[in-house]
Order: sequence, then C-alpha cells, then structure tokens
Amino acid sequence: MSIDPVTLAVIQSSLQQVCDEMDLSFSRAAFSPVIAEANDRSDGIYSADNGELIAQGALGLPVFVGTMQFSTRVLIEMIRDGKVAAPEPGDIYIVNDPYLGGTHLMDVRFALPFYHNDEVFCWLSNTGHWPDIGGSVPGGFSANATAVEQEGLRLPPVKLFKQGKFDQEIYSIICSNIRVAEQRIGDVKAQAAALLVGQERLNSLIAKHGADTLKTAIQELKERAAQQMRQRISQIPEGSYTGTAIVDSDGVVNEPLTIQVNIEKKDQELYIDFEGTSEPCAGPMNSVLATTRSSIYLAMRHIFPDVPISAGAFEPLHIKDPHGTFLYAEYPRPVSGCAAEVSQRIAEAIFAALVPALPDLVPAAPAGTSGNFALGGNDPLKGSSFVMYQLSGGGYGGTHNTDGLTNGCSTIGISKTPPIEVMEQYFPVLYLEYALREGSGGAGKQRGGFGVQYTIELRRGEATASFVMDHGRVGPQGVLGGVDGMRNSVTVIRNGEEYIPEHLSKDQGIRLTAGDQVRVGTPGGGGYGNPAERPEALIRSDLENEYYTAEQLSEAYGVKLTS
Amino acid sequence: MKQSHIIAGIDVGGTFTDLIIFDQSGKLTLGKTATTVDNQAIGVMNSLKESEVAINTIDTLVHGTTTTTNAVLERKLAKTGMITTRGFRDIIELGRRTRPQPYGMYGNFTPLIPRTLRLEVSERVDASGKILIPLDEQQVRDAVTRLIDAGCESLVIHFLHAYANTDHENRALEIAASLWPNNYITAGHSLLSEYREYERGVTASVNALVQPILHRYVDRLQSELRSGGYDKDLLVMNGNGGMVSAGLVANEAAKTVMSGPASGVMAAAYTAKRAGIDQIVTYDMGGTSTDVALILDAIPAVSSELEVEYAMPIHLPMVDVRTIGSGGGSIASVDDAGLLQVGPESAGATPGPICYGRGGTRVTISDANLALGRLNNQSVTSVESSVSIDDIQTAIKKQIADPLGISVAEAAGAVLTIANNKMAGAVRMVSLSKGYDPRDFALFAFGGAGPLHAVAIAKELSIPKVLIPARPGLTNALGCIVADVRHDFVNTINQPLDAVESASVAEVCNAQKQRGDELIASESVAIESIEYRHSADMQFIGQTHLLNVAIPSIDISTEELQQRFEEVYFNRFHVELNEIRANLVNLNTSVIGSRPEIELSQLIDPANRESRLESAQINTRKVWFNSDWHNTPVYDRQRLPLDAIISGPAVLEQMDTTIIIEPDCTARSDTDGNLLVELSQ
Repeated sequence: MSIDPVTLAVIQSSLQQVCDEMDLSFSRAAFSPVIAEANDRSDGIYSADNGELIAQGALGLPVFVGTMQFSTRVLIEMIRDGKVAAPEPGDIYIVNDPYLGGTHLMDVRFALPFYHNDEVFCWLSNTGHWPDIGGSVPGGFSANATAVEQEGLRLPPVKLFKQGKFDQEIYSIICSNIRVAEQRIGDVKAQAAALLVGQERLNSLIAKHGADTLKTAIQELKERAAQQMRQRISQIPEGSYTGTAIVDSDGVVNEPLTIQVNIEKKDQELYIDFEGTSEPCAGPMNSVLATTRSSIYLAMRHIFPDVPISAGAFEPLHIKDPHGTFLYAEYPRPVSGCAAEVSQRIAEAIFAALVPALPDLVPAAPAGTSGNFALGGNDPLKGSSFVMYQLSGGGYGGTHNTDGLTNGCSTIGISKTPPIEVMEQYFPVLYLEYALREGSGGAGKQRGGFGVQYTIELRRGEATASFVMDHGRVGPQGVLGGVDGMRNSVTVIRNGEEYIPEHLSKDQGIRLTAGDQVRVGTPGGGGYGNPAERPEALIRSDLENEYYTAEQLSEAYGVKLTS
Repeated sequence: MKQSHIIAGIDVGGTFTDLIIFDQSGKLTLGKTATTVDNQAIGVMNSLKESEVAINTIDTLVHGTTTTTNAVLERKLAKTGMITTRGFRDIIELGRRTRPQPYGMYGNFTPLIPRTLRLEVSERVDASGKILIPLDEQQVRDAVTRLIDAGCESLVIHFLHAYANTDHENRALEIAASLWPNNYITAGHSLLSEYREYERGVTASVNALVQPILHRYVDRLQSELRSGGYDKDLLVMNGNGGMVSAGLVANEAAKTVMSGPASGVMAAAYTAKRAGIDQIVTYDMGGTSTDVALILDAIPAVSSELEVEYAMPIHLPMVDVRTIGSGGGSIASVDDAGLLQVGPESAGATPGPICYGRGGTRVTISDANLALGRLNNQSVTSVESSVSIDDIQTAIKKQIADPLGISVAEAAGAVLTIANNKMAGAVRMVSLSKGYDPRDFALFAFGGAGPLHAVAIAKELSIPKVLIPARPGLTNALGCIVADVRHDFVNTINQPLDAVESASVAEVCNAQKQRGDELIASESVAIESIEYRHSADMQFIGQTHLLNVAIPSIDISTEELQQRFEEVYFNRFHVELNEIRANLVNLNTSVIGSRPEIELSQLIDPANRESRLESAQINTRKVWFNSDWHNTPVYDRQRLPLDAIISGPAVLEQMDTTIIIEPDCTARSDTDGNLLVELSQ
C-alpha cells in the first residue's frame, strides 16, 4: 500500500501533536516543580513489535531523546519471555530499573499498551523525574554510592494500573520507600492522565485515517527520517574525528574519567565507538547503555535540530556498544550521575569531535553541568524537615557568529530555575548574592557566555549539603583557538573557615549549622576561534559591562585597556 | 447623557489605522487609512479627517495603539536605570536559566537595562517581610545621582521581597522622587505585588522603558486632538481588554504593550454575546501572525503569565491571547525527507508572500489561497507590483508540485490541508486541551485571513459552528468602542488555605475594590454601572502551577474556596486530589465600569441589502475544494439579504476579507450582520 504525500505529512504532524499534548498535560497537572516547572519529563509513541520510537514530544526534556525506546523494547521482550505479566486493555506498567533500558532511578517510566481491534497497536510511554526515590541521599543524587541499592528503590516492570484500576498495594510499597511520599500521588495521577490523553488522541487519529494507513505512514515516516538524517550527515567530510571530555571523578576515587569518542563518517552514515574511554568506576558516574546511546542522539539533535525525533533518524548512527567502559554499566554499578552529568560529557565529546567538520553548526563547549546542590535538614521554625535543590545554568560556548549565551540551562535540560523569593519562602536559607560570574566566559573570537555565582547562608537549625556537579577539574573546552571557560567552583564556609571538597564538584554529607555558607560558581562557556580576531569594540564593551577586569582582557586578547 | 452620544474607536495596526465612529442616533462611519509608523498620531488624525465627522462633535474617543509594543519589539526604549538590592543587580540579565529553543546550544539574550545602569544599594528584607538590613539612604541618593548623570530618563526601583514589605521600595521612591527630574519612576511592587523577582523586575523595567515614550505619544495626540476641537478625555486601550484615561495610562504603561490583540478579543466577546453565543475560541489570522483566545461564559480568559517574546514576561493581568503561528505569510516547502512542511518559517510583511509583489519568491499560505481561487486573483494585480497568477503557479510547480509529483492545484491544496491541520493542532493546544469540549464552542474568525480558513479549522477541531462578524478587518477598532473601563489588582498571600482567615480574604478584596473605585472616579468617562470580579490564584501545596478560581462573593469562607478550587482542578485535569490541601497564592480584583450598550446592526448598512440572494451574487468562479475544481458562486457580503441562507461551497467578498464557506456547510446571516456557519457533522 502506498500513501499519498499529503496524508503522510498530515499524519506526521498529527503524531507530533499527540505527543506534544501528552507532554503538556503531564507538566500542567504535575505536582513536583521538577516536572511542572522544570519539564523533567517526556512522552512518546513506540512500536508494538520492538519498541522503536515512532514520535516523541518536542517539549520533552532533551535528555530523554530516544531513551524510552530501549525501556519499551525490554518490556516487550520480558512480556514475550513470560517474565512480566502480559498486557490487557487499561493496564499501565511502571518501571525505573536503570539496567532495563533506563536512566537513573529517579526517572520513573509509565507504559500503556494502546489497543486497536483487541491487539496492541503501539505503546504510549512517558518518563517523569520524581523528586525522591529513596536511597541514602534525599533527591537521589548520591555523590559516592558504590552500589545501586544505595541509590534508591528499583522497580521492575509491574502493572500499577490493572485494567484501569489503580493498584493501591504496589503504590503503598513505593510510598513506604520514598521521601515526601504524600505528594507523589499528584504526580502519579498526572503521569497516567497524560497517557490517557495520548490514547484518546490516537483513537481519533485512527478513526480519521484508518489503522492500516497509519501503520503504513509510520513505516514510511521512519524511512524518510533516516533519509533526512543521511542528508545532514553528508555535510560532514568523509574521514575520522575524535573528541574527548573529562569527568572530574566518580565521587569515590579522586581520579579523572576520560570519555573518548571516535567517529567515522562513511557513505552518509556515522560509525561511533568509545575506544580509549575509562573503565567502569566505583562511584555513581557510570552510565547505562540506554543513556549512553541517547546522549549521542541528544548531541546530534542539538547539531541538526530540525530532523524529527524518530527511530529512523537514529538509523544512520552506528554505535558500538562500549563494553568494558564506564559508559556501559551493569548491575550493581551505581548510576545516579549518568543522566544529569555523564550524558552532558558524552555530548561535549561529540561536539568536540565534530566542530572541525561542522564549524557553522557546532559551538564551543557549554557549561554542561546541571549544578545540582541539595540541602536537607530540619527547619526549627516550621518544625518540619525539608529538602532543597538548587540547579543552575552556566555559560554556553561561543558559536561561529555569536558569543555564548549567559546562564543557559544544561545541555540535557530546558528548565527554569526557581525564583530566589520562592526558595527563601520554603527553606531556611538566605541568598547573599546571585550574580553573573564575572570573567568566566572563555576568550575567543566569539567568547563564551557567563556562569552564575551564588552564596547561600543557612539561617537556622542544622542541615546536610551535597553536590553533584562537574567541570571542576577542567573548564568547558574552547575550540578552534578559543580558550576554555572558567571551571566550576564550590566553597563551603563553616564557622568562618573555608572548605573545598576533595572531589571539587562532588561531595555529600557536609554538616552545616546556622550561619554557615555555601558559595558556588558555575562554569563559563568555551571560547570559539582565535581571541586575536575579536573586534576591539566588543572587547571594550565587555569592559564597560564589567564582565571582565581590564587586566583579564589585556591578558586574554593582548590589547591595552584601562578600566 | 445627551441624546446622540458619539463614540469613536481608532485602532492602529501594523499596516492600517482603523476607525469606527458610532452615533447613538444610528449613524455609523467606518474608515481604513495607512498607519504612520514613526508617529502614529498623524495616521490617527488623518483617519479622523477622512471620516468627515467633525472632531468637536465626538463625545468619547477610545484609542488602541501599538506605540509601546513596537518600542519593546524594536528595542527603541527610553534610557533607564535600576536601583536594586546589593548582590542582585544581575537578576534581570541572568533570567531563569533557559535557552530560546529546546535543541541547539546557542541563543541571544540582551538584558532590558544594561549592566552598568543597574546599581546596588544595601538593604534586605526576607520572605516574611522582616527587615534584615536597613535601607542605606545615602547609597540610594548616590545611585540616583549617578543615574541622572548617566542620562537616564526613567528609573526602576526593584528590591527582593518587596511584595512582602513595601517600606524600602517606598522610601527609596521618596528619595528618588525628590531628585529625579520627572515622574518616570517605577517601583516593582506598585505595578505588581507578586513574588518572583525576575518576572516582577522585568515587568517593572518594561514599564519604565516605555513610560516616557507612551507619555510623549499620548501628549502629542491629545494636543492635536485638542487643536482639532476634541476637548474631552482621551481613553487608551489596555492589554486587560479595558480602557483607561490618557492621564493615567502612562503610569502603568506596561499594560498597553499587548493591547492590540486584547481589543479584538473584547469585540469578539461582545459580538458573540449579542448573537447568543457565550463559549468562543477566537481565531485572528492576519498576514504575519495568528492569535487565539478563549472566551468562557462571554468573558475573555485573562492570564498574568504572558511573555512578549523569549524571556520577556509581563506578569500583569491581560487577555490571554496566544500567538500560534505566522499567518498567511507562513512558508511552504518540501524538506529533505520529501515531506511537505508549512511554517514555522515566515515571509513576514517583507518580502511577504509572492502575491504581495514585494519581492517574495517562496510559496506561502496566501499564495496557495490565490492559486486555488479562494482569493480573487484580481486582487493580485492590485498589490504593489505586477505579479501574475502565472508567476505564483510557476513557483508552486517548482517548489512543491514537482518535488511531490502532483499537480499545481493538488500541491496548493496540500499546502492548505497541512497548514489547517497544524493550525488546528496549535489552537487545540492553547485552548480546548485545557479540558473543554469543542462541541460547546463556536470559532469566532476575524483578521484578514481568519475567515478564509476558519471553517476548515473548525472541522478539524470538531467545533460545530463558525461566527464571522460583520467587519472581520475592523475588529480591534470595534473593541475600542465596546470595551469597558477596567482596573486590575493582584496581591500575593502565598499561604496554606488553612492558615488564612476568611475575614482577611474579604479585607484584601475590599481594599482592592476601593482602589479601583477611586481610579474610576478620577476618570471622566461615562459609565452605567460598576462590576467587581474577584478571584483567587490557587494550587495544591507542593505544586507550582496556578489555577484561577472565581470568588462569587468576598464573604466567601475558606472551606468554600477549597471546594471551588477542587472543582476547577477536576474540570481542568480530570484528577481528584482530596488527599492534599490547597495554597492561596494571590487574591485578585477587577473593577469594571460598564459602558452604554452599542448597537451593532449598522455595521453593514441595511439600506444596501438586496432582497434576494441571487441579486447579491457577483459572479461564479472555479474554486478548489476536496481535490477538485467547483464552479462556486461569489457574493458581495455587503449586499446579502438580512435573512440569507447560503449553502456551501460559496465565496463571500467584502472590503477587508474573503470568506470561504466549505461544501456541506450552511451559512446564515443575522441582524448584526454576522454570518453563522453550521458545519455538517
């Protein structure tokens, strides 16, 4: 059966709309700010045969590009092998196991079998980042776990809704194992409701076009997306490209971890391997295979943003499984840092490899860390415990024609940071400053954007601080002659004494009492191109804006300036 | 009020300045003149001159202006300084950590006020309003002097937590006022007493940046009007869909930034209500943008969370109009996957669609409409230079038909099919997907291109009827005439509902009500009655999103408020959460002075109406519907009989738009000159 080009285009945009509506419904109804405000969630449609990605919401958090096709595939295989109960209409499975096609434990996936004429036509699935999943550290970002059991509750695929009925028993097991459990019901209901919105929209799509036409269109769209990705790849000259990126440490052993990516361009396709990458690590900076693969997809989508997200677009990317490296963690390796930090280093390595080949499309390295700072304690004034998170942006890299963006969000995110006025209302903290981090953008013909500098003081009681950040050891890479951006910095001031974490960007269990302070500076972006080529007017404007001191500019650009 | 009250509405748009003068004796004057971009007042005076209505006979003149909109979008702003809490001058430069697009690690963001004009002073208040560091008044004085010396014309005072304690901002305001050479000083809390420092700071900054510009503009226009003989108060449209006296408008200039689309929605609500329709999705499609709004129970939905552009929020209550696309100028092309795409790229106003003859070479939605006979191809030659229908067909053939292997007509039809599908999806996302049943709604189509697409889009959305007003191209000017006088107030409470006394709800609402009464009394506008609308912004504890809950009476108990909130929540999300308690975030009051009823039946002159439908027919032309050409009657809308019933397919032409009645639909006209199109189910 062939399909006319108009129907094909209409179905393409309709499938996209189904996913976008699921995304919107999920975050509008969600409870946790991390989903509602930071959009740390994603929704998509997956094939019934093998879980391949059919369409994914454009408003989903970038880190989830392509991830759910791995978890859906594992679910389908486990059902086939009889390891998981077979689906029935109205069922919704819940799963968060990292080793079954997942990310870290906090990313909880729901999957709904979509039925047409008594058969599973496709799967609808979504992921939401839960604010807590149990484990040793509130929020789940342990800096020094050595096994997944320390990171939280691990759920195999089980039916949370059985033929439309909510399983209170399973839910009560979950609630007994996570913090601030009483609010989670709001997220669970929102997450399930989003899938039901998708189900309803998909039903009307089938009613309009017919199931057969839809099936044919899905297959055709997959082939078209592959064709489109090949077209884009053909802009890259034939040859081999290598990029590296450094993770500060795994949080347990204070040694840098290296990601080396080797890319070969041949016949409109890319062959990607990680030869030369560090071995599995003791701490939580391991990545599971699904996350490693989707980090590559994510990086490619940042480079070619208009290729639709579908399994077809990934087809021309041949990724060799990185066995024996920390990018292919197996049970029970701890993995809580994979989605937030390691994924961004993988993307950075890919950007570094491809910038010489695509200098107009790939920028210098962005800050590339989520800047996760968590503070947990008891507020004596309110008489209740609290867990506070501060995520931060940083500078983006310069591009072929612009300076980097200041305080951009992480490579894997699209989140807004919470207002200071909200943080101070909810938590016993006082911000002493929240400022542009002067001097942090790497010099270049187009300089990097600036990071943020903030200082938080604990006002009362006691609390425990933890950090999972990165780029403390080396700054985001400058490219084509540009200079690296400024490194991440964390300083804890206790009783007036400064303490710098041994692992620079990762630590946990730091006891604070009232009056103690934490000061964080997030990385600036890397510079792009030779600093000597930067127009003097722009250098002077940077001086006027007090972005740098005269000395810093004189040194970086070799020009004489006075403040 | 005297017998023949004359009211004039003049709305300045991107291309045209539209005028409606309504005389209660029954006379109606309409006008369309060119907008004068650099000084809109010239165009306004021209339109009055052309109307041939003596200016001194006009009793009320209501004006919609894009002066501040353009100033913001083009960044032609007054030089402005900011005084802020020490340690926080970068708040409006850092934003809230995003990037303009989900994919692509780049983006530009220029702060509204440059870094060197943002000065810090020692002071600090905490979230409960407690003063931690007293205001250093000498530092304020020094900062004010420095900003005056730097040549600033406007000033913003923006302190952390000023919504919780206004003392420091008020004191700094006093000090600044004693030194500042003019009145252009905005204190963050006075415009918006709501938490969230970035949004409040940007809102205050926008206000200060456009205040002198709006003030000068309004002054100039008022003096021109005065010398023309109009000595009454000039009224200016606000983004909340109400009007405000020219003497007050510049104080809260930020409220005018999004006023244009708001007037259109007010006119839609008014027109539809007269036609007996209360549930509306408005669809305003022009050459460069498509705007959508929801009207529920005849009241336009209001939002306090709109953004003018990326990272430029204006958090003031405004009619919730969402831009969903770039209108008739959206470009159609075949991508490298061989798939036809329409938008988001746009030809804009220049070079514009091929048919504009301004040098555009890429096929747009407007060009497809022409190629299919939906637009009169005579109108191609009437635009700026000579582009023939052949040129358009050649472009469609080359850019779309050949790559897809289909005919030119099929290709143009495909462009519309895909455009309508995408626009319908976008309309649903910003309106009906909030939990409404499309079958309860009518689509209200206006703007130059709205009535061309509305019937097809309603079909996609399962909306059963389309309402096309008498003057789709003059809707904003009509909005000026029918709008009410309106003032909105917001106060942040942000406490669990359990901790709030019922009496304090009444107290806050009462204070807001009084402030509104005082403002209305200071304006010299004829109003018939004053209406008060109270509402609460609420959320479940732990949530960040807000839902607006109407408060029917200020004596409401907090229990009833909780119950109402749960109802609204369930209707919106179909989720029941009786396990969790609610938070009361804001209390809002709108004080609305209703103006005298306006009769719309003169919008189409009844004297010109024919008695039989056939007499209103201009000719027949070939128009493409459902994959084929149909001989389609073309009618002159102005001449339709009052009770005309038209079966589709049909084309209706009028001065400012073309209406397409798709096959299998029936259109009826009513006494106000509206067309109501019923879709076949």
